[in-house]
Amino acid sequence: MSVGPVLEKCRAENRAALIGYLPVGFPSVEGSIAAMAVLVESGVDVVEIGVPYSDPVMDGPVIQDAAVRALAGGVRLKDIFTAAREVSGAGAGALVMTYWNPVLRYGVERFAADLVAAGGAGLITPDLIPDEAGEWISAADAHDLDKVFLVAPSSTPERLEAVTSQCRGFVYATAVMGVTGARASVGEAADALVSRTREHTDLPVCVGIGVSTGDQAAEVGRFADGVIVGSALVRCLTEADSEEQGLKALGALARELADGVRRSRS
Amino acid sequence: MTTTSNVPAYGRFGGFGGRYVPEALIPALEQLEEVWRKAVVDPEFVGELERLQRTYTGRPSIITEVPRFAEHCGGARVILKREDLNHTGSHKINNVLGQALLTRRMGKTRVIAETGAGQHGVATATAAALLGLECVIYMGRKDTERQALNVARMRLLGAEVVAVDHGSKTLKDAVNEAFRDWVANVGTTHYVLGTVTGPHPFPEMVRDFHRVIGVEARQQVLDLVGRLPDAVLACVGGGSNAMGIFHRFIDDGSVRLIGLEAGGEGVESGKHAARFSAGIPGVLHGAFTYVMQDEDGQTVESHSVSAGLDYPSVGPEHAHLLESGRAEYRAVTDVEAMEAFSLLSRTEGILPAIESAHALAGAMQVGRELGRDAVLLVNLSGRGDKDVHTAAEWFGLIGGDGSARLPDDDGAKGLGVQQ
Ligand SMILES: Cc1ncc(COP(=O)(O)O)c(C=O)c1O
Repeated sequence: MSVGPVLEKCRAENRAALIGYLPVGFPSVEGSIAAMAVLVESGVDVVEIGVPYSDPVMDGPVIQDAAVRALAGGVRLKDIFTAAREVSGAGAGALVMTYWNPVLRYGVERFAADLVAAGGAGLITPDLIPDEAGEWISAADAHDLDKVFLVAPSSTPERLEAVTSQCRGFVYATAVMGVTGARASVGEAADALVSRTREHTDLPVCVGIGVSTGDQAAEVGRFADGVIVGSALVRCLTEADSEEQGLKALGALARELADGVRRSRS
Repeated sequence: MTTTSNVPAYGRFGGFGGRYVPEALIPALEQLEEVWRKAVVDPEFVGELERLQRTYTGRPSIITEVPRFAEHCGGARVILKREDLNHTGSHKINNVLGQALLTRRMGKTRVIAETGAGQHGVATATAAALLGLECVIYMGRKDTERQALNVARMRLLGAEVVAVDHGSKTLKDAVNEAFRDWVANVGTTHYVLGTVTGPHPFPEMVRDFHRVIGVEARQQVLDLVGRLPDAVLACVGGGSNAMGIFHRFIDDGSVRLIGLEAGGEGVESGKHAARFSAGIPGVLHGAFTYVMQDEDGQTVESHSVSAGLDYPSVGPEHAHLLESGRAEYRAVTDVEAMEAFSLLSRTEGILPAIESAHALAGAMQVGRELGRDAVLLVNLSGRGDKDVHTAAEWFGLIGGDGSARLPDDDGAKGLGVQQ
């Protein structure tokens, strides 16, 4: 099911949606699913279920580290379907974030079919541009899945038009030029990019990369339809002394971020 | 995503190639393509590149016939294209000078590059010094250890060398890190990709900067033997030296094009970099091509005695040449390559790069298959100075502490070559 209705509901509440990323398989498959449940309980509207990949060129050290540990722990691609089932069952949007080769290897059509069956909403594809995505676009359209492509501060008007015209669900605006990871400031470039993107689409525009605190979520929530947080959440788990402590820290940060998106426009 | 028509899709060779990169890089790739396509028809750019090739690299590189080595190749005539004699010691400089000039044309002031054996890093650091560009080289930690001398060379040339500790700590991880740097600094920085892979336009552009190898060699062989060679052989890491020497011969249907991949400890062992034996089509580092991967599409680590061939993917044009049947690819094991390394050194007084020794081992096989009447052209892509330490260890010429070990010492292996 598309994340569209979830974002609609947030818009009706006059706030940005909170979108939280966690990789499946860290600290274990069950552990990651428990962590996603904590995100949903703590006010996250959409969970971005990450597929750990051996060569994550868009990711900074925190997510790379979690991916390496998840793969070493034996996570398999099919585990994301289990995660999608749990997240959608808990009432949140379940979007899968994946580099392209795992989907290609699994079979694009088969992947789309299995994702729908698991209650997944669609895919965020950081290294797949619409120009190369013919097979995915057909499969997604056939299976009624969201296609979330990325735009960047470097995107020209032509690229913004080409990319947004192929998105469904929302448009992912990368706030800064660079890989995932917390930044001290994310504001201006993101604000400008969101405005430029809105000239080309009526879809929700969500901002990711760099956001790590409630205050930043509040700041970004003023101009974006959704605030995407990854590394800061992942770090709660990778730096914890125990799984229990990790979940506690995760819940606390998710609540802070959820509060941030709720106070930003008031 | 193979195309059914005969006209390849944009940026593709048959069904291979493409642009699988974050959107943030697309404007930079578009700019690069535009500047490159204009430059290669601009007499000023072409003239400057030719001048550098002549007065800096030392082009044209010579060919050398190697009759004593050829005795081990079934008596076929063996001719080496001497890219090892280029300034900086390998073919890599051809591409780097082209891209460094483009960097200047794009108004960028900083270059980054990945390197495996260190040859591409050294070439990039050299061009950066020549043109006054800031230079950062990414190199897997494992490669900084086995190619320590090249790390020092890059630093002496003024480059910063960053050891990459992620993943397998080899070339593929250095490429990942270079892409991460590029996304963050693309406004000022050009990524001098070192081989014929990556997102379009790199595979085509890098090939064209190396095409001079085959253009020169074809004429040189015609002048020397009066006919075209029966086969052209080259080692294939990413595949740049091979595309460079192959390309001018593609329309010469009688000439076999043979690429030699790193067979490591043998394809059956799983410890190799024989993408065309054990890989399947997929996406890595921006291109759709053959990739060594597991059932879930995770990249599988490659292995080779040669750092420059130790890469789990290969340039998309080679995938196309394989599938179209125009080129053939074989795997050469570490043992076979080191035997060829030793043979060329002792019979001809030429120390080859271990990468290039894979092509020489291929010539030994193919020469034996074709016999005395055959003429083989082998791309000697680089010299072996950087590999002296690896080879000395391989042949037991130095002990674990790096000190010399003489023949009567315990544990010294013979060189295994019958004279
Ligand atoms: C001497 C030499 N030959 C060959 C290669 C392999 O690269 P390619 O396949 O792109 O020619 C390298 C790479 O480092 C090299 O240093």
